[in-house]
Amino acid sequence: MQAKTACARDKRLTLRLTLRPAGFILRAMHQPFLDSLRVLELTPYGGQRSFFALRLSRPSWTAWTPGQFLMLRPASFGLELPLARPFGICDASARQVMCFFQVLGRGTQRMAALRPGDEVSVWGPLGRGFAVEQNAPTLLLAGGMGIAPFVGYANAHPEPEKLRLLFGHREALDCYPVDALTGRIRFESAHERAPEDRDKFIHSARERMRDCAARNGLALACGPLPFLRAVQSFAHELRMRTQLSLENRMACGTGACLGCVAQSVDKTPVCTCREGPVFQADNILL
Amino acid sequence: MDISVTLRGQTHDLALKNPVLTASGTFGNGIEFASYGNLSRLGGIVVKGLSLKPKAGNPCPRIVETTAGMLNAIGLQNDGVEIFCREKLPALPWRDVAVIANIYAASTAEFAELAARLDAEQGVAALEVNISCPNIARSGVLFGQDPAQAAAVTRAVRTAAPTKHIMVKLSPNVTDIALIAHAVEDAGADSISCINTVLGMAVDLGARKPALANVLGGLSGPAVKPVALRCVWQVARAVGIPVVGMGGIVCAQDALEFILAGAYAVQVGTGNFIRPDCAFALADELPDACNRFGITDLEELRASLRLD
Repeated sequence: MQAKTACARDKRLTLRLTLRPAGFILRAMHQPFLDSLRVLELTPYGGQRSFFALRLSRPSWTAWTPGQFLMLRPASFGLELPLARPFGICDASARQVMCFFQVLGRGTQRMAALRPGDEVSVWGPLGRGFAVEQNAPTLLLAGGMGIAPFVGYANAHPEPEKLRLLFGHREALDCYPVDALTGRIRFESAHERAPEDRDKFIHSARERMRDCAARNGLALACGPLPFLRAVQSFAHELRMRTQLSLENRMACGTGACLGCVAQSVDKTPVCTCREGPVFQADNILL
Repeated sequence: MDISVTLRGQTHDLALKNPVLTASGTFGNGIEFASYGNLSRLGGIVVKGLSLKPKAGNPCPRIVETTAGMLNAIGLQNDGVEIFCREKLPALPWRDVAVIANIYAASTAEFAELAARLDAEQGVAALEVNISCPNIARSGVLFGQDPAQAAAVTRAVRTAAPTKHIMVKLSPNVTDIALIAHAVEDAGADSISCINTVLGMAVDLGARKPALANVLGGLSGPAVKPVALRCVWQVARAVGIPVVGMGGIVCAQDALEFILAGAYAVQVGTGNFIRPDCAFALADELPDACNRFGITDLEELRASLRLD
């Protein structure tokens, strides 16, 4: 009964949003919007049906920065799963927005059953994204699902030849959305099959950072926490300009629930959703 | 249809343009939600709990989703009352919407100091007193679990903030909520809000660890709605001051159910996380929902539950 009422309300809301005057979208850049979007396509990656690209139709916004994220809540969550899930924007245009996810829990299990036409509440773009420096050699360091924001980063960068990506992954390469990257930027991947492979990958990350730092470049990293900690220590050692994208549990994405706090170096609590998810490596405690 | 409502208190009334407020801790300082709706369309905004000094809160993980709800153990992280008064309050449209400051302290004296500070702020329409917190001076017993302690805090805040409407927020984690309600009414509360979160716990079986770093947390969301309705019903029958209901309200029909059980107004909490326009949409839809159920005015609906 309650779920029905909520659904009815969402439908009316879709209508209201559709009828919104055109001037509404001309607000300040990166203002977050709340939309009811439709699933265009859910594309499995790899053979396990646990990695998916989710394409949603026509967000109200066009301005975004790679590294920013969205809160997604499919109508199929009903009231049983009340919280939206945060996902980095993989890529976006006026026609569609794409996120990438791995099935890990109840929410992503239900997302894996989405079909074209299904409704998803989406709010964003949220948070602060990665720096884009047109003239600086930029090293992208991705671990596992941390590859997602770099798809959009490579597409949005005015000089993709300045980019070099090092990608460490545990599953087969075809589980990840690298198809859009390999032809566009210098791409190097490392498949972790054994613990010693991880050490090799971390070693490679340090070597690439050293080379990039020597050319006054920038390093951007997204991936699991131990990986980010390693990148942070190399950044410190090499005194390299480095940004890290953090992941944290959150309920709102807007800085209200305070579920996603991290600590800055001066011990101030900072919201991963609002002050992040991308932080300067020398300004965040991991 | 006029859906404005006045909470008639023992000392001060609180006039609301509609009965939809946002619950403390789920709506930040209000400004965080300004992109998703017009704050002035709300009946009121209850801001994140304020303490005298800044508070860092608990370690993460602080939140976990549970079936039809969530547990939180934020630990009342906030920037302190001074930053609120100086930076947050001026950014709110307080002339157009009732801003209610939720307050939290570890002693009666600290509650009084906090209340006195906020009494001086023109932009604050009312204080909501969070008594679901431990009294450090009395070996950590929760103010809200002991009628004498609950009354002492209410009296202290009432005296320290003589110009404000005082709303006392009750915990459901008590044996007899009506007893606590009586105590705070006798101590001078203008209204009562209930419920605060229900004490709960979740575990990670694989890791054999608690889901929250704090182990215990407060359950909120649709899962607690029956508990909340029961509490509102019991409190509304026990006291003469107005009751503001909350607990799992996500749509206009939920809000009307609470009013039927005796509430004058409602607060939307976890619903703000389900969709950030939840409270705005609920306020907009209330007149239509009344029409659907043949409700001609909210006063006629209030506490009209048929028991025959």
